[in-house]
Amino acid sequence: MFENIGEIVLLFWRAVMALPLAWRQRRKIFDQFFEIGNASLLMVCILSFFIGAVIALQTGPVLVERGLSSAVGGIVGIAMAKELSPVMMAILIAGRIGSAMAAEIGSMRVYQEIDALRTMNINPIHYLVLPRLIAIAVALPMLVVFSILVGWFGGAVVAQFNNHIGVPFVAFFHDLRSIVENRDVVNGVFKSFCFAIIIGVVSCHQGLITIGGPRGIGRSVTKAVVNSIVSIVVFDYILTRILLK
Amino acid sequence: MNGLADKVQRGVRLEVRGLRKSFDEHEVLKGIDFAVGPGEIFVIMGPSGSGKSVLLKHLIGLEAPDGGQILINGEAMQPGDMASKYRMAMVFQSGALLNSLTVGENVGLYLSEHRLKSADEIARIVAGKLADVGLKDVGDKSPSDLSGGMKKRVAIARALVVEPQLILYDEPTSELDPLSAVVVGEQIVQLKERTHVTSLVVSHDRDLAFGIADRMAVIHEGNIVAAGAPDEIKKSADPLIQKFLQADFKRAE
Repeated sequence: MFENIGEIVLLFWRAVMALPLAWRQRRKIFDQFFEIGNASLLMVCILSFFIGAVIALQTGPVLVERGLSSAVGGIVGIAMAKELSPVMMAILIAGRIGSAMAAEIGSMRVYQEIDALRTMNINPIHYLVLPRLIAIAVALPMLVVFSILVGWFGGAVVAQFNNHIGVPFVAFFHDLRSIVENRDVVNGVFKSFCFAIIIGVVSCHQGLITIGGPRGIGRSVTKAVVNSIVSIVVFDYILTRILLK
Repeated sequence: MNGLADKVQRGVRLEVRGLRKSFDEHEVLKGIDFAVGPGEIFVIMGPSGSGKSVLLKHLIGLEAPDGGQILINGEAMQPGDMASKYRMAMVFQSGALLNSLTVGENVGLYLSEHRLKSADEIARIVAGKLADVGLKDVGDKSPSDLSGGMKKRVAIARALVVEPQLILYDEPTSELDPLSAVVVGEQIVQLKERTHVTSLVVSHDRDLAFGIADRMAVIHEGNIVAAGAPDEIKKSADPLIQKFLQADFKRAE
C-alpha cells in the first residue's frame, strides 16, 4: 500500500515537472477534455438536478413547518456548493472517466504499446498521463460549477411546486444568495480540482502498473475506481477542515 | 523508389556477455553470450518461456540486467544509453500499434512526437515506409482494421522511420498464416540487403529461422545451448537441438 502511495506521489511529481511540455500535447489535452465533457455532461445534469431536488424535498417541509422557509434556499445552496456537487461529481467522474483512463492505459501496457513508446524515446508520462491529468483538472471544476447551478435550479423547482414547501423561485434564490458566499462556491470548485488530480493520478498509475492480460485490465479498472473514491472521501474531510479555517 | 532504398545504413556490432536476469526467485537469463556482426541477421530460436522476449527487452533498454554486459560497437551500454546513442527499433510480437491513432500516425509517431520533420515531410516519409513494406492506402485506417500480417508490416514500417542501425524482432511471425509469415520473413531479408541494418530476430518459427538467418543460436531455459551458421545447427548431434529441429519444443523442455 505505502509503495503504491509513493509511486502515485512520484507519478504526480513527474507529471508536474512535465507541465512546461503541456503545450506540445494540446491536441491530446483537447481530445481528452472533449471526451470528459461529452461523456459526463448529461449525467451531471440529471444527477445534480435530482440531488438539489431531493435536498429541497427532504428539508423544505420540515423547515416550512417550523417557520424557517427562508432557510430552504440557503440549505440547498450551501449543500450543493460546498459538499454535494464536488463530491458527487468527483465520484461520478471517477466511475466514468477514471475507469476509462485505467482501462485505456492498462490495455496499452498489457499489449506492449507503452513499451513501444519507450523504444521510440517517447515518455509515457508526457504522452499519456499529462494530457489526461490536465484535461480532468480543468474539466471537473467546470462540471462542478455547472452541477452547482443545476442543483440549485432543481431545488428551486421543488421548492416552488411542492405543496408542502411553496417557496417561490425568486424568494428561493434571494434566500440562497443571502446565505451562500462566493467563497463557498470557490472552495467547492477548489475541492473538485483536488479531486480531479486524485482521480487522474490514481487511475493513470493503476493503468501503468497493469499486468496479466484482460483480467488484469479489469482488476486495474476496479482498483482505480475504488481507490479514487476512497481517496476522494478521505481528502474531502481533510480539505474541508483546512478550508473551514 | 524511396529514401530508404537509396540510403545505405551501417549496422552496428552487438555483443552480449554473461547477461543474467531473475524475476523474484526465477532466473530467466542465466548468463547469455553471443555476438551479432554489422548487417547480419541473427536468429535466436527457442521454445516459449525460454527467455527470448526478456532478452530483447534488455537489448532495447526496457529491462535492466542483474549482471553481464551489452556492448554496441565495443562500447558497454547502460539501459538508458542504448536508444539514445544508437538508432534502435523493436518490432513487438503483437505489433504494439497504438489503437488510438491511425496507421499513418503510428508510423510517423517518432517523427511527430520529437518534432523532427514538418507535417508534410512526415506524410511523405510515412507513405514511403509503408510502401517499403508493401502497404499502400492504409495510412488513414485504424490498426484494428488490419490483418495480423499487415499489423506486423506496419510495425516494421514504424521501426524503419527511426532509420535504425539495429532492429530487434520479437516473434515476427507469431499468429500469422503461413503466407503472411513468408512475406514478413522476406521483408526482414530485403531490409537487411537494402540498408545493411543489423537484425536480431527471436522466434520459435523454425521455417522463418532457417529461411532468413545468417547465423543463429538456440536458447533453452535461459542459456544459449548452440550457436553457429544454420547448416551447423542443422548438423548438430546434440539431442536437444535435434528435438528443436523437429519442432518438438514441449518434449525438448
